[in-house]
Amino acid sequence: MAQAAKPIRKSRGVLGALALTAIAIGLYWGLVIAPPDAYQGEVQRIMYLHLPSILTAYLSYFLVFVGSGMYLWKREKRDDILAHSAAEIGVLFTALTIIAGSIWGRPTWGVWWTWDARLTLTAILLLIYTGYLMLRSLIEDESRAASAAAVLGIIGFLDIPLIHMSVYWWRTLHQPPSILQPNKPPWENVHPSMLTALAISFAGFLLLYFYLLSLRYRLGEMREKIKARRLERGV
Amino acid sequence: MSLLSETFLLLRKDLLLELRRRDSLLTMFFFGTLLLFVFHFSFDLPPDKVAEMTPALLWLAFLFTGTLGLAQLFNAERENHCLDALLLSPLDRGALFLAKTSFNLILMVLVEIVVIPLFWILFNLNSWNLLPQLFLVTFLGTVGFCVLGTIMAAITLKARARELLLPLILFPLMIPIILATIRCMENVLRTGELGDALPWLRLLLGFDVIFLTLGVLIFDWVIES
Repeated sequence: MAQAAKPIRKSRGVLGALALTAIAIGLYWGLVIAPPDAYQGEVQRIMYLHLPSILTAYLSYFLVFVGSGMYLWKREKRDDILAHSAAEIGVLFTALTIIAGSIWGRPTWGVWWTWDARLTLTAILLLIYTGYLMLRSLIEDESRAASAAAVLGIIGFLDIPLIHMSVYWWRTLHQPPSILQPNKPPWENVHPSMLTALAISFAGFLLLYFYLLSLRYRLGEMREKIKARRLERGV
Repeated sequence: MSLLSETFLLLRKDLLLELRRRDSLLTMFFFGTLLLFVFHFSFDLPPDKVAEMTPALLWLAFLFTGTLGLAQLFNAERENHCLDALLLSPLDRGALFLAKTSFNLILMVLVEIVVIPLFWILFNLNSWNLLPQLFLVTFLGTVGFCVLGTIMAAITLKARARELLLPLILFPLMIPIILATIRCMENVLRTGELGDALPWLRLLLGFDVIFLTLGVLIFDWVIES
């Protein structure tokens, strides 16, 4: 088994190294090569972290949904480990997004927080998936915790479009289109090197995400193995 | 037996138990009324501001009383392994879900029928003619609350600190319902009709239908012996 684990560990190391390199290049591109924003100045460079981290968070929640569905269907432990791992990393990236966004919002909008639709939605996502993790930690019985969490993982994901709709209507019915500017096609008003920096950053975050996910997944597997060994020995 | 007759049987059992003990209904009634007093003292609103705050205050009261009801929803089944017995019987789990949902719905609607007029009396509101529309909106919101609430109450059944955990996972998921009902009621109170709030009403209806269907389909996995 140790022999089989070696190549996996090696490829995981390569994945980590690639993630590190891509993020370093992305940061260099974003912080040095790309020009500062015409209106927002230097602080706009936070975008190169902010946007990739929320996109990876969404990817995470989608994986929670897939893992949860697969677990309820097939009852295989690995799907549950996948959902659990993805939820933990998703919460981490959502929190990072909010923190980076706040740091950007303070000099740009003058406030740390505002009840804009997108901000509200992100905060709600953080609440839902923190609840998911709490639910897991508060149920003793492993398989019961797994299926309860799987149900929440599915319902939470299906609820996202409804929450999205309601917070957008809430904001648009109430006040005129707010602080965030409507999206124009990016190639018209964004400097090409900004887009390059963003793309590299995004690739780096994706690699980092899968690196973290594989580490967290391995941790879940090892926990299972330890538990099985203990059962064998009757401890 | 069909799904509906099974549901009816289970619902009858719950209603009968509630009629004998009146645990949930009385505590919910009392808590709902108490909240109105607490709101009145803590806001001390001038009459012209009350109408603006009404939807939010009412829904806060319903959310809290509803959660109180949900926390006790499976109490009868927790005692003496009744849940295991219920799950051993050849019943459709979907029927169990529908019965529990409608039981909590009945409790909440009974509370709302008392609390809403009481609110109008305590806060000296004159718009009595709008109550039917407000009840309709409240009812649709309550259905959504009970549907999702029953699922969440079932998955937290064996959790530690489940009474605390339940609102933590339920409230974020309930945001579409909270926003939609409050906006609808605001619109009714301001203009006297649903008018502009129709998209919100559709959202409410969509929420109810989606999670009701999902609940019937997945309750098999939600509740396990």
